[in-house]
Amino acid sequence: MKYRSAFDIIGPVMIGPSSSHTAGAARIGRVARTLFGKQPNKAIISLYGSFAKTYRGHGTDVAVVGGILDFDTDDERIPTSLTIAQEAGMEVSFTIEDTVMDHPNTVKIRLFDEDNELELVGISIGGGTIEITELNTFKLKLSGEHPAILVVHNDVFGIISSVSTVLANHEINIGHMEVSRKEKGQMALMVIEVDQKIKNEVMKEIERLENVSQVIRMVE
Amino acid sequence: MFRNVAELVELAESKNVKIAEIMILQEMEFSGLSREQIIEKMDRNLTVMEQAVERGLNGVQSVTGLTGGDAVLLQNYIKSGKALAGDLLLDAVSKAVATNEVNAAMGMICATPTAGSAGVVPGTLFAVKEKLNPTRAEMIEFLFTSAAFGFVVANNASISGAAGGCQAEVGSASGMAAAAIVELAGGTPSQSAEAMAITLKNMLGLVCDPVAGLVEVPCVKRNAMGASNAITAADMALAGITSRIPCDEVIDAMYKIGLTMPVALRETAEGGLAATPTGRRLAEEIFGSYK
Repeated sequence: MKYRSAFDIIGPVMIGPSSSHTAGAARIGRVARTLFGKQPNKAIISLYGSFAKTYRGHGTDVAVVGGILDFDTDDERIPTSLTIAQEAGMEVSFTIEDTVMDHPNTVKIRLFDEDNELELVGISIGGGTIEITELNTFKLKLSGEHPAILVVHNDVFGIISSVSTVLANHEINIGHMEVSRKEKGQMALMVIEVDQKIKNEVMKEIERLENVSQVIRMVE
Repeated sequence: MFRNVAELVELAESKNVKIAEIMILQEMEFSGLSREQIIEKMDRNLTVMEQAVERGLNGVQSVTGLTGGDAVLLQNYIKSGKALAGDLLLDAVSKAVATNEVNAAMGMICATPTAGSAGVVPGTLFAVKEKLNPTRAEMIEFLFTSAAFGFVVANNASISGAAGGCQAEVGSASGMAAAAIVELAGGTPSQSAEAMAITLKNMLGLVCDPVAGLVEVPCVKRNAMGASNAITAADMALAGITSRIPCDEVIDAMYKIGLTMPVALRETAEGGLAATPTGRRLAEEIFGSYK
C-alpha cells in the first residue's frame, strides 16, 4: 500500500498552487534547515528541470526559502518568505540550472553560517511527498517523514555494530538503514530511520564512539 | 482493512454502518490515535476548506493573472435568476472554482486528493449543504467517505497527474465527491460505489496538459466540470441507475489508460492545451517577463 492514511487523501493543508512544486519544495527546504540545525546566514538554491522552468508561477522559490525559515507547508508566511529572510539577515540567492537531472523536480540547497556548511539535493515526487537524495555529496534516500539519525564516520569495520548497539541499548527500533561512502576506507555516512524520537543522550553516546565525526538528528 | 471498493461496500453493508465509519475505524487502527483525535484532525481540514471557499467567493487573482474572479461571476449570475442549470449545481461549480482560484493565488487549501484537484470535494459539499442541512459531524463524515474512495484509487491506480493524467486527479476527486454526496443524501454504500463508477467512466482518458506548467489553465475549469459531473452522477445513482462496469474495474481501466498515456500529456506542459498557439504564447508571456 503506497497510501496508508485518510489524511494522505484529504490533506495536506497547504499553501497553493502545487502539491509537488510548492508543498514538496517547502518540505525539502525544511529538511535542509532541520539537518543544518539552525537558521543559516546564507542560502544558495539551485533549481533544475521543471522546478527551474516553472518556479515563479508555482512559488517554488518562496516555498524553499519558507522551508529554510522552518515554515510548514500551511504557513501563510510562505508567499512573503523572501522579505522575511532578508529581514532576518539571511542572504538568499538562486541559480537556474540547465543540467538534466534524474528527476524533473530537483533542487540543490547549500546553507552556510560562520562555521558550518551543508549541501543537500532533494526531489519532489508528487502529492507533497519528497526524497532527499544527496547530503554533502553522499548519496542517500531520506523521506524526512520519520525520525532519523545521520552519522558521519570513518569507513572502518565494526562501526555499524557500535552504532546499532547504542540504539539497541536504548530499545530504539531501526526501520530503515543505509551506509554510503565515496571511497573505501575514507569518510562514510550512515542513515538510520527509527520508529521513536531520539533523545539527546542517545545522540551524545553515538558522538562519543570512536571513528564517529558528526551526528545529525532528523525529527519530523 | 479494505483493498478495493467491493470490500469497502461489503464491510459497510455487513456492519450496517456508513462508509465514513469504515474509514475512521481503519484510521484509528493505522495511526493509533483516538476517534476524537482523528475527527478533530479532519475538522481542521474542513475549516481550511470553508475558509478557502469564502475567500474565493470574495474574488482572488493569481500571480500570473491567468485565473481568478470566475467564482464571483458565477455567483452573480446565479443571483440574477437567469441560470439554466439548477442553482445547487452552479453553486457547487462556483465553490469548486473558488477553491482552485485561491490555490492558484497561493492561498491556503486542503489537497483533496491533490492541490490541483482541491476544488471538487469542498465545492460539492458546501453546495449540497445548502439543501441537505447536514450537521458538522455529517460534513466531517463526508470527507472520510471521500477519503475511503480516494484511498482505493490512490493504492490501486494513481492520484498523480504526472503518473496518470488529469483523470487521476480531477477524475479521482470527482468520483470521491459523487460517492460522498450519495452517502450524505441517504443512499446506500452500493449506490455510492455506483456513483463513483459512473463519474470515473466519464473522466477516463482526461489528460494533464497545464498551460506553462502552472496549476491554472485548464485546472480551475476542470474542477468546475468535476463538481458538476459528481452531482449529476450522484443523482443518477440515487435514482437507481447502476454502472454496467463495476467500480473496481473502472478504476483498473483508469490505471491502465494512465500507463499508456503519452508523457507529453502527463503534466509536462508539452502537449494538449499547453501546446496550442495560445498556450505557448501565454507561457512565453509569463516566463518571458520573468527573465
